[in-house]
Amino acid sequence: MRVLFYTLKQSFIQFGRNLNMSIISIFAITCMMLILSLFFIMALNINVAAETVKGEYDSIELFLLDDTTKKEAKAMIDDMKQQDGVSDAYYKSKKQALAEFKERWGDNGYLLDSLKDNPLPNSVVIMIGDLEKADALAKHAESYEGVEDIKYYKSTVDKLLKATHFMQIAAMIIMVFLIIVSIIVVSNTIKLTVFNRADEISIMKYVGATNWFIRGPFLVEGIIIGVLSAAIALLITGVVYQKIVELIGDQVYSMLSMPMVETEYLLSTYGWIFGALGVAIGCLGSLVSLRRFLDV
Amino acid sequence: MIVFDNVTKRYKSNVALENVSIKINKGDFVFLVGPSGAGKSTFIKLILKEIQADKGTVTVRDINVTKLRPRGVPKLRRNIGIVFQDFRLLPKKTVYENVAFAMEIIHQPRKLIKKNVPQVLTMMGIADKADKYPDELSAGEQQRVAIARAIVNKPRILIADEPTGNLDPNTAWEIMQLLNEINQRGTTIVMVTHAKDIVDKMGKRVIAIENGHIVRDEFGMYGYQEALAAGNESMFGTRPVNKVHTVRRIFRRGGGRK
Repeated sequence: MRVLFYTLKQSFIQFGRNLNMSIISIFAITCMMLILSLFFIMALNINVAAETVKGEYDSIELFLLDDTTKKEAKAMIDDMKQQDGVSDAYYKSKKQALAEFKERWGDNGYLLDSLKDNPLPNSVVIMIGDLEKADALAKHAESYEGVEDIKYYKSTVDKLLKATHFMQIAAMIIMVFLIIVSIIVVSNTIKLTVFNRADEISIMKYVGATNWFIRGPFLVEGIIIGVLSAAIALLITGVVYQKIVELIGDQVYSMLSMPMVETEYLLSTYGWIFGALGVAIGCLGSLVSLRRFLDV
Repeated sequence: MIVFDNVTKRYKSNVALENVSIKINKGDFVFLVGPSGAGKSTFIKLILKEIQADKGTVTVRDINVTKLRPRGVPKLRRNIGIVFQDFRLLPKKTVYENVAFAMEIIHQPRKLIKKNVPQVLTMMGIADKADKYPDELSAGEQQRVAIARAIVNKPRILIADEPTGNLDPNTAWEIMQLLNEINQRGTTIVMVTHAKDIVDKMGKRVIAIENGHIVRDEFGMYGYQEALAAGNESMFGTRPVNKVHTVRRIFRRGGGRK
């Protein structure tokens, strides 16, 4: 208890004495964490998009040429229903498609009212029961005459997953890099306090203080810096992201038909990661700068 | 109390100590003398396990220091007080706080600190200076504070590294009397010094080191300067240990044992 109290008191005193340096390092680390959070947000959103699209994975939509008759479409539907792995197939008219579109655009739906002609094609929607067969079915559907285009989600999903994967790796590399820089920044700050207290430390060593007792205050000082940076970065991220969602969230939803990740969810997920990062950076930073000094 | 058994320590190619064997008994008061760079500091650092011996074993209070793991070092040092030539007091702490600090950092209860610190300050004759800061004190007073700090945890061994080096002769002599008193209370004292007059006056055991070897170990005189005065520059020699007898003879001629 006494030790804990001593450690906390010392660390706050050091933090205060070293205020300028402390603030500078907090600023630097906050900036790095903001860059990190940018990557996190992108990765997270792409992830969610991929998940959303995956939900529609189980359907293939055949867009029909305008001169394709209903009868021909009916033939396609019947043929598809015969195929292995198809659970259902139905016709979707231009009108229905437009109505769906309008619904998706929500408040902006009125924009579509000004259209003279319905630009959307008629289509046949094929629901797939067995996803393993999806590729073969898509190929089969391509062979129909009168089909202008196929909307098949697998390729989109694959692309998105690839993008997510890439983002994750990029984020990882940048993260490692930024963490190392952060550790160096913290260790330099701590080094300053260590220098200021070199005499004290050497006396402590001679009198027989344990290494952990000597490290304690420096460790806590590092953690204070790390956690404060994390908190500030998180706060900024939260506020800015909230604003972005408010500003363009609706557009994103109507254009890409997927919602942006909610701020609360973002903060609750990354709060922990940032907190842990802050503590880790602080600890490592102090330990690095102390290693040489304790070697008496 | 302190036993060196065939200890060798090299710094890269320089030999700091070579095959040194010596025994310092409980309650001894030992002067460690010899020219700069002879290996005195190495000797002390080995006792404190600041450095590791290349060969041989160092034993302090039945603890094999050579084999002591880093975790055991703090415990070892709690039994050894140390005083430096330059005092090494913390300038931002008062006299009382400087001494109390040594107890605080090994987690002594506050009650004990409040009891022991004034006691030690009184013993050192600086009880009235408790609330002063180091720079308000004379050099002699500062060294008293440093000694108070070194003995407040009641170590069995006190190491003094040229404790009188920065003091005028009278003050130095006062400090010596304090050390003598501490020694008489049972603390083993190892003191590194260049102060010939002090060593001569105290008449304690003198261990002379030169070029990494113990060249003399006897009660009495400092001897080093006489040797130089006698024109024998390499007095303590390059092949020292087996020359001890010769060396002793020369010493006797130059004043000898009192």
